[in-house]
Amino acid sequence: MGKRVAIVGFGQTYQRSSRKDVNGVELINEAVVTALAEAELTIRDIDAIVIGNMDHFEGINYVDMWSAEGSGAVMKPVIKVCTGGTTGTTVAMCAYYHVASGMFDRVLAIGWEKNSESDTTGAIITAFHPVWERPTLGGAVAGLAIEASKYMHNYGATERDGARVAVRERLHALNNPYAHLHQEWMKGIPPEKLVDLIVGSEQNAMLAYPLRMSDMCPRTDGAAAVIFAAEGKAEKIAPVPAWVHATANRHNFVYAGDVDMDRNTTIAEAAKAVFKKAKIKEPLKEIDVCELYLPYSYAGLKWIEDIGFCAYGEGPRLLWDGVTDMDGELPINPSGGVMSSNAIGATALIRVGEAALQVMGKAGARQVKGGDVNFAFATGFGGCYWGDIMLLGKKKPA
Amino acid sequence: MSKIAIVGVGQTTCTRSKIDTFEEMVFEAASKALADAGAEVGDIDNVVTVSNDFWDGRTISSMAVQEAAGSWGKDVSTVEGDGTFGVLYGMMRALSGSFDTTLVVSHMKGSESIMNLITNAMFDPIYQRGLGIDATSAAALQARCYMDMSGATEEDFARVSVKNHGNAKNNPYAQLPMKISVGDVMASRKIAEPLKLFDCSPIGDGAAAVVLSNKKGLKRFKKDPVWIQGVAHCSDSFTLGYRDLAKSRALKEAARKAYKMAGIKKPLKDLDVAELYDAYSYMELMWYEGLGFAPEGKGYELIRENVTGMKGDLPVNPSGGVISSHPVFVAGMVRLIEATLQVRGEAGKRQVKGAKTALAHGINGPCGQAHCVYVVGA
Amino acid sequence: MTDRKDNIQNMVYSGRIKVPYLWNVGKTGSRFLVAIRDNKEIWGTKCPGCGRVYVPPVKSCGDCFVPTEEWVKVGDTGVLESFTVVHYEHEMQPRKAPLAYGLIKLDGADGAILHLIGDTDFAKLKTGMKVKAVFAEKREGTIADIKHFTPA
Repeated sequence: MGKRVAIVGFGQTYQRSSRKDVNGVELINEAVVTALAEAELTIRDIDAIVIGNMDHFEGINYVDMWSAEGSGAVMKPVIKVCTGGTTGTTVAMCAYYHVASGMFDRVLAIGWEKNSESDTTGAIITAFHPVWERPTLGGAVAGLAIEASKYMHNYGATERDGARVAVRERLHALNNPYAHLHQEWMKGIPPEKLVDLIVGSEQNAMLAYPLRMSDMCPRTDGAAAVIFAAEGKAEKIAPVPAWVHATANRHNFVYAGDVDMDRNTTIAEAAKAVFKKAKIKEPLKEIDVCELYLPYSYAGLKWIEDIGFCAYGEGPRLLWDGVTDMDGELPINPSGGVMSSNAIGATALIRVGEAALQVMGKAGARQVKGGDVNFAFATGFGGCYWGDIMLLGKKKPA
Repeated sequence: MSKIAIVGVGQTTCTRSKIDTFEEMVFEAASKALADAGAEVGDIDNVVTVSNDFWDGRTISSMAVQEAAGSWGKDVSTVEGDGTFGVLYGMMRALSGSFDTTLVVSHMKGSESIMNLITNAMFDPIYQRGLGIDATSAAALQARCYMDMSGATEEDFARVSVKNHGNAKNNPYAQLPMKISVGDVMASRKIAEPLKLFDCSPIGDGAAAVVLSNKKGLKRFKKDPVWIQGVAHCSDSFTLGYRDLAKSRALKEAARKAYKMAGIKKPLKDLDVAELYDAYSYMELMWYEGLGFAPEGKGYELIRENVTGMKGDLPVNPSGGVISSHPVFVAGMVRLIEATLQVRGEAGKRQVKGAKTALAHGINGPCGQAHCVYVVGA
Repeated sequence: MTDRKDNIQNMVYSGRIKVPYLWNVGKTGSRFLVAIRDNKEIWGTKCPGCGRVYVPPVKSCGDCFVPTEEWVKVGDTGVLESFTVVHYEHEMQPRKAPLAYGLIKLDGADGAILHLIGDTDFAKLKTGMKVKAVFAEKREGTIADIKHFTPA
């Protein structure tokens, strides 16, 4: 029971700090039209639509209803799913389950956000409990800063280690025309030197120790659409479909204070479930490329340990040895990742889309391993350390 | 269809204002559904919660209820839309091969916010919101369009209210059981013409949950399954002026697909009972037409001839419907729960004798933009 | 044994979500609003697929899913397709109750535009009436640049 499902198309808008020329519905339409063109399909070929974003960032209630005329949902089945920062992967998984259920053959997943239209931190704080947490919470940055501090304390990691992640993300983004941040000045400078410059810079403002501007993700306007199709149909649409081998998530924590700051146990649990389903025994060896939702730099050291790519405390070594660079054994975020573009509702979906491009061999200048990608691993993050994972593969799953 | 069954249902009462928090209500509904199924939280493979950020006053409204919904250590997702859509997603997950059982739970506290402002926020901020339009004033516009198209009168709408509030007296969960007359409705306070107080549903708090299982998972449960024989959803355009508000083409499409799956050829004959989403009295008549109970424009005939009363050919809303209890997002799931209870023969005083096949319906968006239709049976 | 919560005072906190917004209207909508603001003209866009003229204009047709690039000027008069008189109040309403809304099919447009009805005896409103747009004296490029519609 259950059909095999593959991603057959991915479209995204160019992600920018502010798209003044379009309203939200038009932005969504752009991503949808792009994805359909990529897959050489029309809206008539789509059987159902799933859409998500974080409501309070645009101040629109019932987004799936409001965007119907732009998303292609007029006279079609459409639902909205929303889980905060993990929305993009939640949307991807929802579209996957639509198809895997056998009820729909071609499903369009849409994620979007116009962060320019609101006060992001003001809106994020409303995610927390109005009585117990909201009055004292410092937004996303402060929470992540606590995790970073703990990690540095537990394993002796340094600001340079964190900066090495930021350098990787921003260098990778230079190959991605869709990414928001293109820090051209970094071109041609060795990573070690870039780390020196970043850590030593006086203009690089400290936001909440140890996090500086360079450690954080931007606020972005962007939309993305991914098309999932059932076996039997997928092969007719894409020459190399990206098959969904496993997907799992855990949204364990409710209150910020309950979160385990020592280890990211939710992504670890989700990863275990995914590796078990796909029979992956040695993640570092068997996975070819990752698109990880890293909202800030230190996550790039710690969460790769939690997922199981290396032992606890080994994260920095992987970074400095170049293992996670474009020509390394496990390139991470060839797209530049969340630290280069963060249209929140779209971000996690873009991780899935970018991973699909890697498998399909369509990632252009950011393609790794000459297209010889067997497994691509995509994650989403949000809420209270919630973790979502989708594993894509070139071969059809057993 | 008949591949997914409803094996457990639970609902809190719906009251004007509960002291319970979201988590407490969700825990109550989920616990009741598990108890009803004769199961424990370990029998649930994955969870879908249903809530809305604006109504809850919380971005990531799902976050508040993760633990109460039993999703610790499990795959979980959240649908922001009526409970009927949430159950549909839960159903897809149980068909996907990844899970055998799904718990779907929805919650709403209408008492904690100002309904007019929350529903005003669903309208477009550029062209509509600043005018102050909200769900009720929009519904009033639709009601008039429908009256002009069909010849239905305000008295016909009142008949729906009388029927449903009266039916609610048999439903211990309902917020507003009332014995009223057409005259009472016509004399009630004007809200947004032609809608009067008793044409509108109340604001309230409530939660509900449903346990779904595929064939493989059935052995974990003690309750006899009620099978989802057909289900479909469909959305119309959003902008009020861009679609014909008097006709519900999206409902027609959803009904057509659900009926086809379930083998329903003549709805009035083949269905024994229906639970529809009557957020406002006039809507029930419109949905009769969209669901094919009556030809277009003739919905009022059914209510005038009492075809949809408790003693009629097709009782509609024996529970009292949404006009008697309206925790938004929960109400559609409650329609499905009521339909399930009818098929099981467990609907107590509101039982329709011998009901074997039931229809449940939910809506989403302004003026019933989107619809979800279920046909369930033994 | 009694629940120790039984005699506790129930606390209720009040709060608001105050997040400021800046909604981008987009080029299409901007052109529509600027034409009203500067010239008191109402323009719509026409779909090459179904031929419908949308007011307010859209960048693409929801039904046909194609770009709508042709601009068509429509009249500032039209037919009242539906209306309601609202008897309750809330903060977002631009005027005090009772106030009236209408769906107005402008001459030359398909579908209707939502707006306020004003300067008239609400008791005499009927669907099918001819109505006319009344423009605001001070116009700023919002939907309120049309003050309301009134029977013509």
